[in-house]
Order: sequence, then C-alpha cells, then structure tokens
Amino acid sequence: MALNYTKKTLNHFLKPKNIGEIKNADAYAEIGNMVCGDQLNFSIKVEKGKIKDVKFLSFGCASNIATASIMTEKVKGMSLEEAKNYDWNKIVSDLGGLPQQKVHCSIMAVQGLKKVIDSYEDKKGNKEDHKGKAKKKVVKKKK
Amino acid sequence: MQVYLDNAATTKMDKVVADIMQTYFIDKYANPSSIHQKGEEVYNDVEKAKDKVAKILNAKAQDLIFTGSASEANNFIIKGVVRANKDKGNHIIVSEIEHPCVLGPAKELVKEGFKVTYAPVDKKGRIKMSELKDMISEDTVLVSIMTANNEIGTIQNIKKIAKLVKKSGAYFHTDAVQAVPYLELDVKDLGVDFLTLSAHKFHGPKGVGMAYIDRSVKINPLISGGEQNYSLRAGTLDVAGIVGFSKALELAYKNREKKIEKIRELRDYFLEQVKKNIKDVHLNGHEKFRLENNLNLRFNGIEGEAILMDLFNQGICVSTGSACSAKNLRTSYVLQALKINSDYLNSNVRFSLSKNTTKAELDYTVKKLKETVARLRSFSPIK
Repeated sequence: MALNYTKKTLNHFLKPKNIGEIKNADAYAEIGNMVCGDQLNFSIKVEKGKIKDVKFLSFGCASNIATASIMTEKVKGMSLEEAKNYDWNKIVSDLGGLPQQKVHCSIMAVQGLKKVIDSYEDKKGNKEDHKGKAKKKVVKKKK
Repeated sequence: MQVYLDNAATTKMDKVVADIMQTYFIDKYANPSSIHQKGEEVYNDVEKAKDKVAKILNAKAQDLIFTGSASEANNFIIKGVVRANKDKGNHIIVSEIEHPCVLGPAKELVKEGFKVTYAPVDKKGRIKMSELKDMISEDTVLVSIMTANNEIGTIQNIKKIAKLVKKSGAYFHTDAVQAVPYLELDVKDLGVDFLTLSAHKFHGPKGVGMAYIDRSVKINPLISGGEQNYSLRAGTLDVAGIVGFSKALELAYKNREKKIEKIRELRDYFLEQVKKNIKDVHLNGHEKFRLENNLNLRFNGIEGEAILMDLFNQGICVSTGSACSAKNLRTSYVLQALKINSDYLNSNVRFSLSKNTTKAELDYTVKKLKETVARLRSFSPIK
C-alpha cells in the first residue's frame, strides 16, 4: 500500500527538528507505547508562561517522527494555553497532508504536547499549593 | 544505487518470459477454444505450456487449473472442496500463519456453517504436529497449510503433514506460492491433493495463478459458465499468462541447485554483515527450515516502518510487518503467532532476495541500514 508521504513529511522524518531530551526540563511526558507501534516522549522548558524549548524522542513510524518534528517547531514560543489547544489539523495541513491511516499520528503528537504541559502545570500547581500551605503555617505562627 | 529486496512481494519478470508473452498479444491472438486453424495453433501452445508445468510438478496436465491469481486459486480450492464434500464433514483446519487469501475463504465458510480450527505454530513458525494431530477429526474435510511462509520464510515439513492428514481421510492443500524454486514441487512425492502457485513470485507475469487439483476429488468451480479448464474455471484462457507462467517455472527450475546455493550464500553473507555492523538484531523465523531468499529481522528500539521509509529514501526496497505500515494499523498476525514479546512486534523488516540480487547491492544495503538504524536509535526513547 503506497503511502505517498509529501516531500515536507519526508523532510521532517529524515531531518527531524527538536529531537532529544532537555536536560533539567520543567516537565516530561510519555504517550503511546511500543505495542501499538508509536511512542513519543516530550520534555519542555517553560519561561514566563511560554514554551521556551520543547524536544521529543520517538519510537514510531516516519509520520510519527515528522508530526512531532513540525509541531515542536511551531509551538516553540507559544503560550502554554495556546500550545495546549494546538489543533492537529494544523499539523496535517502544515505537512501538506498525511495518508488517512497516518492522521492519528498528528493527534498523538498534540495529545503528547498537552500531556507534558499538564504535567508542568500540575507540578507548578503543587508547588503553589505547597507555598500556600507554608504561608498559612507562617500565618498560624504569627497568631 | 537502486536495490530491490522485496522479492517475496513480487519479482521482476524475466525478459525471455516477457518476450514470449508478446507473441500472444499481437500475432497469436486467437481464442484457444476456437476450432479453426488459428485457434488450434494457440490451443496447442497452451497444451505444450501446461505439459511443461505438469512435468515439473509430476502431475497430469489436466490436473492444472489456471486462474487470475494465487488468491483466486486458494479461494477456488478451499471453498470448492469444502462445499462439494459436505457429505464428508463440516470441519476445516488452516494454520494460523496462512496468507489472507486462505484465511479469508476459511472465514467465509464459517458463515456457511462450517467449523474452522487454526493450527498453531511454534516460536520459529513450524506447525506443532501433535496439536495438529489432535485437531483432526472424522469431520475434517480439508487441511490447508502453506509450504513456506511469506513473511518469515519458515518452511513446513509438507510431506510429513500430508501423510498425517491423508491417514485421517481428509484432503490436504498447500499454498506453495513462496516455494519456487527453493523446494521441489513433486506433488506425488509430497503427497498433496491440492497445491497453489503464482507466476509473479518466480519472475513470471502478475495475474496468473495456478491450482493443482487431484481431479478424483470433488470440487465446485468458483467461476462457472464456460467449458474452459474442464468447466472448473470459466473464462477465456489467458494464453499469454499461461505460456508466461510455464516459461518462468521452467527457467526457475533450470539449474535450480546452483541458483539457490548462490542466493543462500548471499543471504547468509548479508546476515553476517548486518550482525557484525548493527547491535541488537534478531532473526525471526527458523534458522534452518527457511527459504534461502528470506530474512526477517528485528531491530530493537525502533519502528519497522521508519526503517523502511529511510531505506526507501536511499533507493532500497524492503518490507515490514509493523502495524504502522498496514492500512488497518494491526501488527503482523504471523509475528503474533510466534508469540514474540509484544514490545517487539513493530520493529521488524523483511529482506527478500532473488537470483538477480548482487553482493554489491547487499554491501550498499548494509552500509545504509547501519546508518538508518543508528539515526533512528539516536532519538528513540527505548533504551
């Protein structure tokens, strides 16, 4: 069955952008698994509510790699809110189209991105909660 | 460099075969069923072509039914025999690693009230004989087990299986599509009642399959409404196809030993080089009972489809059983039948050689494969 990947998809597969893992990243997330044939690991660095850096590792097919590559390229510098709602259709159109049975790759990429942002926000939220509790304690002490 | 290592999918037609077929498009175009001189001339050519095939199979020419594909031949045999022999029973056995064109008709027969049992294979793809033996009952009409598997290249002991099946009174069919020229196809010696071949797997034309059938066994046609093929397969004979099939088979079995020895040497050299240059590579299937042209390799930590696409970009054509390459996104049921760890199901690539494969092509492939695997592993999350 011919896949007829676009030139753009092949370029992103052969020379993917943002591969690797950020050292001391603010958050990590993993999506998919080896059994279903696709796995993406994301790591992000956040600064002032924006994605300063994002990298990925892939156990996946050409389109899995290409979709993660082009998405990470596009969301760098975006606000977390904007990135969290990144539309997978955008990935497909940016690549000039994907074979129908490969469209799920773009969905997995945005889900992975959302997961890593959620993980970041959870961590941050916990920290804030922690800070909040600490403050309360301080207040108590003052009493 | 262009390298074609997907010969289990199809092969390049031999020039000689293509040239002979040409004759029947423009010059000898008559219908072999016509009784005039032009028809008779073509009829005689078809008969000669069939005789050559019959000789190689140690069969009679009237036992050979030419079809539009091996898929059609398998459908014809399985549905035809089971439907025509309802009085014998309602049970059929097929192996779990059969080609979809055997599994498909078996599934269809279930809807008609027949029972299907799937004979399991071991970790290397060989039929578990004792389990097969236990499956056969008085109700078993037909057992269908392929001679050699298209994905992993594992060869079955057809002679032994046929003997076991025949002893029970059931009929035995083998899909031998991948076996040419790697195995002798003497139907008497093998002890099979039915056997399937496909011309495009041995440098013949696409669109020509063949069913060897023991004519003493009842069988219903799949396509009726004409007296061609002894009324067992209606339709004007594909003269060019049958002549092409015959020539290709004849060439395949000419100097067979020498040819397969060369392919085996190249295949073993390739495997040795791959193992020398790439870590964590595993062979799927059997080391010994294996088609000389087949290598199915697992590259841990990366996806088969990605390897395929990367190699494709370098001019190398291979195949993969990974889910990502399939339209239905399911992993290969053949690899699943081997019960290999499910983490490894998507990391496999099939390399299939032919008589046209050269050492230079394999050296180039090893070099590119090494780069590809290193590149993909460099950003894999699986360590």
